[in-house]
Amino acid sequence: MFSILEKCFKKSIWVYHTNASACNGCDIEIINALTPFYDAERFGIKLVGSPRHADALLVTGAVSRQVCPRLKTLYKSVPEPKLVFAIGSCATGGGIWFDSYNLVGGVDKVIPVNFYIPGCPPRPEAILFGVAVALGLVDKKVVAEYLKEKGFPELVHERPVAESLWAK
Amino acid sequence: MMEILKPVFYLLIFPGLLFTGVLGLFFMWVDRKVTALIQSRMGPPWYQCYVDIGKLLYKQVIIPAGSNRLSFVTAPLIGLAGISLAGGIIWMVNINKSVSFIGDLIVVMYLLVLPSLALIIGGAASRNPFSSVGASREMTMVFAYELPFILVIFTAVIKTRSVIFADIITYQIQNGAMFWSVSGIVAVAVFLICMLAKLCYLPFDIPEAESEIIGGTLAEYSGALLAIFKLTNAMMLLALPLFLITLFLGGIVVSSIKGILFLILKYLVILILVILVKSTHPRLRIDQALKFFLGPVLGLAIISVILTVLGV
Repeated sequence: MFSILEKCFKKSIWVYHTNASACNGCDIEIINALTPFYDAERFGIKLVGSPRHADALLVTGAVSRQVCPRLKTLYKSVPEPKLVFAIGSCATGGGIWFDSYNLVGGVDKVIPVNFYIPGCPPRPEAILFGVAVALGLVDKKVVAEYLKEKGFPELVHERPVAESLWAK
Repeated sequence: MMEILKPVFYLLIFPGLLFTGVLGLFFMWVDRKVTALIQSRMGPPWYQCYVDIGKLLYKQVIIPAGSNRLSFVTAPLIGLAGISLAGGIIWMVNINKSVSFIGDLIVVMYLLVLPSLALIIGGAASRNPFSSVGASREMTMVFAYELPFILVIFTAVIKTRSVIFADIITYQIQNGAMFWSVSGIVAVAVFLICMLAKLCYLPFDIPEAESEIIGGTLAEYSGALLAIFKLTNAMMLLALPLFLITLFLGGIVVSSIKGILFLILKYLVILILVILVKSTHPRLRIDQALKFFLGPVLGLAIISVILTVLGV
């Protein structure tokens, strides 16, 4: 029973978008992604007005010091389980303000972030794609891969270095 | 034992909570899908509304600090109890006319106010400025639309000289639907306008204005309590058109396939009319809505009553 309800969560994500000192570019793209042209409602995504109704927070902007406590309060006021999407270059890692004196630089320094959607600003397709990846609707384009160390000599000469030296 | 269990079954399973709830959520999806088609997009899949309710049940319930816990938690239950009882009565009197009792029309009228009352109690209890504004707007709207709503219901009462559903249905079976007269047409029009306000639909969704007062009365509700409010609204979407059909459009006949098909046809016509108005109109201000209901709508309702007394 509980697992069915858990599955329901992925089929109906109600989003609340917030601007944490962004330049408004990403916000326009978020609103664009929710217009009838892109039709986010076919994935069950709906824009809600109150953080109490929300399942996902769409946060834009490198967080300034004034916004920081408000963002923490906002995160607390969303009921569990919740997702946080950091949208835009500034939100993912500070963007060009990564070392600015009055900006924290990235949403993940204030609240835990689940998914990052980079871009300046990300296209509405990118935002929808990011949300779809998060919900498991599409496969990830890039998969994290851990390389095994094969040993330097074998990679270059297909034989141990010492042996190739002696062959000469 | 069975005598005790029967009303419980009627209230919770068949015409009451479960049946009306599941059907209501389905028609909620019809509403969203037709709105999507009007906006030339695909719209949500058919299970969307059930999934929404399931998700809300899964989520955490936050009770805001400083709110009145008792009223905050019981308010959605009051609304749900009222609408499931009203839905149950409307179905039962149509299926089996012998269960109708004296004054059941008036009981249903009262029960249909309970969801609005629940919104007012919940909004006032949640200690949020937006909720308080929403509660005050909801109260104003109830005062505005209840008067014409009750007046047009009385046209049916004046015509049949009875406040019993069974008499109204039998009168319509003998003399044709109440809709086929001048007073009936006016009454149905006024009923539809009041229905939009009762459902909190778009020209009159002033208490719940999402972009203006962030959900109004529902602003502080989350999780299962919000799910109950959404379910109540979905059940209203089924119960109110059925109330209209019972009173003015010839009642519900479930004994034959033809009757069921006619019921679905009538229901869908009403629903699509409501959706068309909803998706093509912007929100009114509270004073405009008040002027609208206490001006032209009340005037039409009074005209309908006068025409009924004259026998037109």
